[in-house]
Order: sequence, then C-alpha cells, then structure tokens
Amino acid sequence: MTHQYPALNAEQKKELQDIALRIVAAGKGILAADESTGSMAKRLNPIGVENTEENRRRYRQLLFTADERIDSCIGGVIFFHETLYQKTDDGVPFAKLIKDRGIVVGIKVDKGVVPLAGTNGETTTQGLDGLSERCAQYKKDGADFAKWRSVLKISETTPSELAIMENANVLARYASICQQNGIVPIVEPEILPDGDHDLKRCQYVTEKVLAAVYKALSDHHVYLEGTLLKPNMVTAGHSCPTKFSSEEIAMATVTALRRTVPPAVTGVTFLSGGQSEEEASVNLNSINTCPLLKPWALTFSYGRALQASALNAWKGELSNEKAATEEFIKRAEANSKAALGKYKSSGDSGAASKSLYVANHAY
Amino acid sequence: MTHQFPALSPEKKKELADIAQKIVATGKGILAADESTGTMAKRLQKINVENTEENRRFYRDILFSSDPSIANSIGGVIFFHETLYQKSDSGKLFPQLIKEKGIVVGIKVDKGTAALAGTDGETTTQGLDGLSERCAQYKKDGCDFAKWRCVLKISGSCPSALAIAENANVLARYASICQQNGLVPIVEPEILPDGDHDLQRCQYVTEKVLAAVYKALSDHHVYLEGTLLKPNMVTAGHSCTKKYTPEDVALATVMTLRRTVPSAVPGICFLSGGQSEEEASLNLNAINQVALCRPWKLTFSYGRALQASALSAWMGKAANKAAAQQVFCQRAKINGLASKGEYKPAATADKASMKSLYTASYVY
Repeated sequence: MTHQYPALNAEQKKELQDIALRIVAAGKGILAADESTGSMAKRLNPIGVENTEENRRRYRQLLFTADERIDSCIGGVIFFHETLYQKTDDGVPFAKLIKDRGIVVGIKVDKGVVPLAGTNGETTTQGLDGLSERCAQYKKDGADFAKWRSVLKISETTPSELAIMENANVLARYASICQQNGIVPIVEPEILPDGDHDLKRCQYVTEKVLAAVYKALSDHHVYLEGTLLKPNMVTAGHSCPTKFSSEEIAMATVTALRRTVPPAVTGVTFLSGGQSEEEASVNLNSINTCPLLKPWALTFSYGRALQASALNAWKGELSNEKAATEEFIKRAEANSKAALGKYKSSGDSGAASKSLYVANHAY
Repeated sequence: MTHQFPALSPEKKKELADIAQKIVATGKGILAADESTGTMAKRLQKINVENTEENRRFYRDILFSSDPSIANSIGGVIFFHETLYQKSDSGKLFPQLIKEKGIVVGIKVDKGTAALAGTDGETTTQGLDGLSERCAQYKKDGCDFAKWRCVLKISGSCPSALAIAENANVLARYASICQQNGLVPIVEPEILPDGDHDLQRCQYVTEKVLAAVYKALSDHHVYLEGTLLKPNMVTAGHSCTKKYTPEDVALATVMTLRRTVPSAVPGICFLSGGQSEEEASLNLNAINQVALCRPWKLTFSYGRALQASALSAWMGKAANKAAAQQVFCQRAKINGLASKGEYKPAATADKASMKSLYTASYVY
C-alpha cells in the first residue's frame, strides 16, 4: 500500500490522456455501434430486415459513410468485434474508414453478463480471460479505446453490496488491463431504468455505485485521466408515476457526479438507456446548462438514441440508404449541440420522441 | 445499501453548505488557533513565556482583537476548548469577538492519537465518545464548524492498510456526527512530512489515503457539500536529498486532489506542517496558479505558518501587542492573496518568515 510500482510510464499516460481528450473534444461524443449479433436481431426484426452478416454490414456502412458533417460531432465509434473486420462496398475496412476521418475507433470487449449466485437476479460481467492479448490485437487493428458494460438494477433488495462491489472490481480489472495495452477504457456501470422508484432513489443508488467504482479504480492503480465514464443519467424508474423535468434530471445527475467522479476523469459519456432520441438530446442539453461547476466533459455515448430514426428510415432498402444516413446525421448534430448546451428542441413528436424503452434491457 | 434513510433534511443541508461556503469565501482561509495546552507549552517555551492560562488567553487576545479588516483574509478560526470560554480584555467572550467580525467559529473536537497495536508505531484518533452531545453544546456556544486530525506517516512499511482504513473510518464517523449537530466537519488526514521519501512517493500515498477517506465518507452518508478537507500539500519528506520548487509541489498537490476529491467538496484548506511562513504562502500561491481545472477553493488552515512571526514579535511583552498584531495581519493578508494566486513576494522576504517550523514527528 505504501510503495508505488508505476503501472504506466509518462509516455503511456500521455498517449491515453490524449486519446480520451480527442474522443470528448468540445461538441463531440460517441456513436455506440457495438450491438452484438443478438442485439442486432432486436434492431432489425422490428423493421423487417433479416439479421444476416451482410445486412449488418450494410447497415453499419450507411452510418460510417455519413458525410463530413459528423466529423465535428462524433469523436469516437464503438465497434462490435465482427464489425471491426468488415469492409465497405469498395473494400475499405470500417476501422480504417473511421480512423482516416479523424474519429477514434473503439471496441466492445466484455462477453456479456453472468448471474451472481445467491442474489436476487443480479449479475456480473465476464470477459477478463485473455483480455490483455485481445486488447493488444485490437490496438494493432486500429482500436484506441474499449468499452465494458456492467449492469445493476434497482428494486427492494437490489443492488446488493455484493453486486456493487463485484461489478466495481471487474470494471477496475478491465480498465487496468486496457491501459497496459494503450487502450482507453470506457467504464460503464449501468443502473437500469426498470422499476417504479423515484428520482431520489436513483440518485442515491448511483452515488453509492459510482463511489465504489472510483474506489476500485484507485485500488487497481488505474490512471483516471486516461479513462472515460459511461453512466446512466439519474432518472426515475420507467414505471414511476411521478414525472420529472429534464432540469430535474440534469440537477440530480450533475449532483451525483460531482459527489463521486474525481475531476481528473477526462469525460463522462452518458448512455441513453431507453430514452427516445429527443429525450436523450434534451436531457444532455439540460445537463450541460446545469449551473453547477462541471469539471469534466459531459457528452453522449448513444446507441439507440442516435440510430432509431435511421433504422426506421432504412427498413433494409437500398433506395432508403441516403435518407437513413440523413436521419443519423441529424441526431449526431443535435447531440453535438446538446453537448455544448446549445440544443433547441424543435418540439416535434415524430419518431425522435418515441420511447425506446425495452424492459430489462440486455444488449 | 439500496434504500436511502436521509441523514439530513434539505434545511440542514443548506445550513451546512452555507457555513462551508462562508469559511472558504474567495480570498479567505482559516486561522488554526486550536493548539492544545501541551502544544502551547512548546510555542511559549520558544519565546520564554510561562504556559499559564492567562498567558494563553493574552496571546489569543492579541490575535482575535486584531483590526476587523482581518475578516477580509480570515473566514474561520479554529478554537481549542479552553479558549472558547475565555474572554478578551474588553470582557467579551472570544467566540463573540470573532463572530462580530463576520468570521466563523470552529472547535477542535478530537482527543488526540491512540496507538494501533500490531502496527509499526501507527495511530488512530480518539474522541468519538459522547461526541454528539459535545457538538450540540459547542453549537449552542457559537461554533459552526469542527476539526479532527488523523495522522499517517510514510516509511518503509507505512502507512499500512489498517492505518488507512481505520483513520478514514474514524474521520467519517466524526464527520457524520458533526453534521447531525449542524457543525461543518473539517476532515484532516495528515500525512506527516517526516522521512526521506521523494515527491512521487508522497503523491502516491496521499492519493491512496484520500481515496479511502472519500469512500468512507460515502459509506457513512456524509453530505460532501457541507464538509471541508484539510490535507497536507504533496511534498517530499524533510530528509529527502532532492529539492523541489513550489511549482513542483503545486502540480503534484493539485493532480492528487483532482484524482481523489469530488468537486462537491466546497473547499480544501491546507495544513502548513513544518513549512515556514513564507514557504507555506509561496506553495499556496503556486497551487492557485496551476493550469488545471480546480473545482474547489484551495486555501489555508494555518497554525504555525500564520503565528510564528506574531509569537516572535510578542515575546510575552504587553507593549509588543500592536507589533504582534501587525505581523499577524500581514501574514493573513499574504495568505489571502495566495489563496487567489495573487501573492507577489517582495524581493526581500524577512528572515523570520523563512525559518522552517519543522519539528520531527510532530504531535500537537
């Protein structure tokens, strides 16, 4: 406890911090395009598209080939393993396409949740086996950051101390291994929005979870400046009868973060959970206009909240590709403004307002 | 772990947050005048003054009856129990005198260190017994904040995991009890400067200690916006052969705090340890010029580094009262500027202020 055996040298630290800063540069956030094959089934099914490797490739292509308008909005893209090795119609590897346009390439490295025996349906996340070797290879293949999702839920009896402690620990092990391989770890301790709990309860649980996460990161000698946090916003549960404004969500969220996330953390990139595209943008905007001092970048790492309209516009049709890409660009620009606190909601309640909540969401 | 049983109502939280903000208002810091009777013996012996209750009263009166403009630099004064019930020559109780100047009154509430068996000379701090009742009384008697000092040291084997965990826990218990009684707790996990370790080692240990402190505060449901932190600056050990500049100290200190102290904490008030008056001011100034985001106030809670020259000027003679007050006000003003990063030292800093105030293995 008393002697340091430095985990990283000065050059390694600088590299990690520079990567993190690039991802969350002003006005930029992350496109979470790392849906597993199983999750892609849930995306493609509702629009009547078959979940084939080719369809997945075509779909990601229409996102990644969006024009230069997204270059000032998207700092990083998170890939799923399969996608990292796919190519455009012209044979350009997706990773190269993204990297060449100055966007940082990221990779989802966890292997999904597994049950914690003796708990009320709680889980931890697996994927540590051989992680160092996998990270080294991903780094060679163009990735500079990674993502690992742990999941907690709020109920009468959860999250338990074990769930909090175990998930914090596994996130810290993952983070430590990533950094050893020049990869910036995005630390994601998602607390699901399922339940009827109110905003205060979510805030309380989020504070406890994040305190445990940062203690674990300290214990595991993780270099905070070379990490990003991907938390849930603090919201009431989906079945909560009380409705809260985006300003209330923002205040609860920023307060929770101010109490737990050290200023050294380079950026906080929120997950969208089951929020609609519009909700996710409006809430992010309110977070950025919250009058409390916020020492980290506060931006997005959105999956559904960046892609829902694009998927709907596409419906698998070649002739719809341009329109679908336009929908994605629109949301990217909206969220870029929100990350700067400059987003003005048009108030339209089209597809963008449709709640994307799915009970007990697993990727 | 999953349900909240709120420790404080919104009104109580607001009161605590307001007090904390008032203490660390821009340009202000804390006068640590809470030397115990035993510690006062050491101060007075140096200037050949007898350690009587009257002498202690007279000396604190010099400081507390300074010109009201002192309130531009001093946001809070920490008292020792005896002093809280002493009076000025004018007949006014000291807390009242301080409060009238718009300065917040604080009280040291710990009862000193106690040995941790099975460790290499490490300690915890006692004082939790009946603390709630004592805090309630102190609040009635004019106090709005408290201080509790824990001590850790760096050596080949220290600090141990037990020392870190036990001191963090006792600090969190103290903080929780204070808040229940409307007192803002100053949390002081001092890592002594004794030893030959370098700057990096101190930084590493300080990061581990502060991470443990804030985890304990979270576990004990302490309201961070209603607390203050009183840490050591990150410096090399006193016997370290390598010398570091104020900028080195400042950068290491700010980086450490950025990695461990949540932004919700309104202020960080450094202890001066064995630093000379001038050193303590220069370091604080450099800290406030570091080009990194510093979301908390960074100011002083100085004892020796505010009083050394005043004691020397007094020498126990009533006739020297005005002179002693003048040098005290001067140090207060300088540190007020340093807390804003605006201190420009004169080319000739006086010798007395440069004298190191280091005493090996310092105990109050």
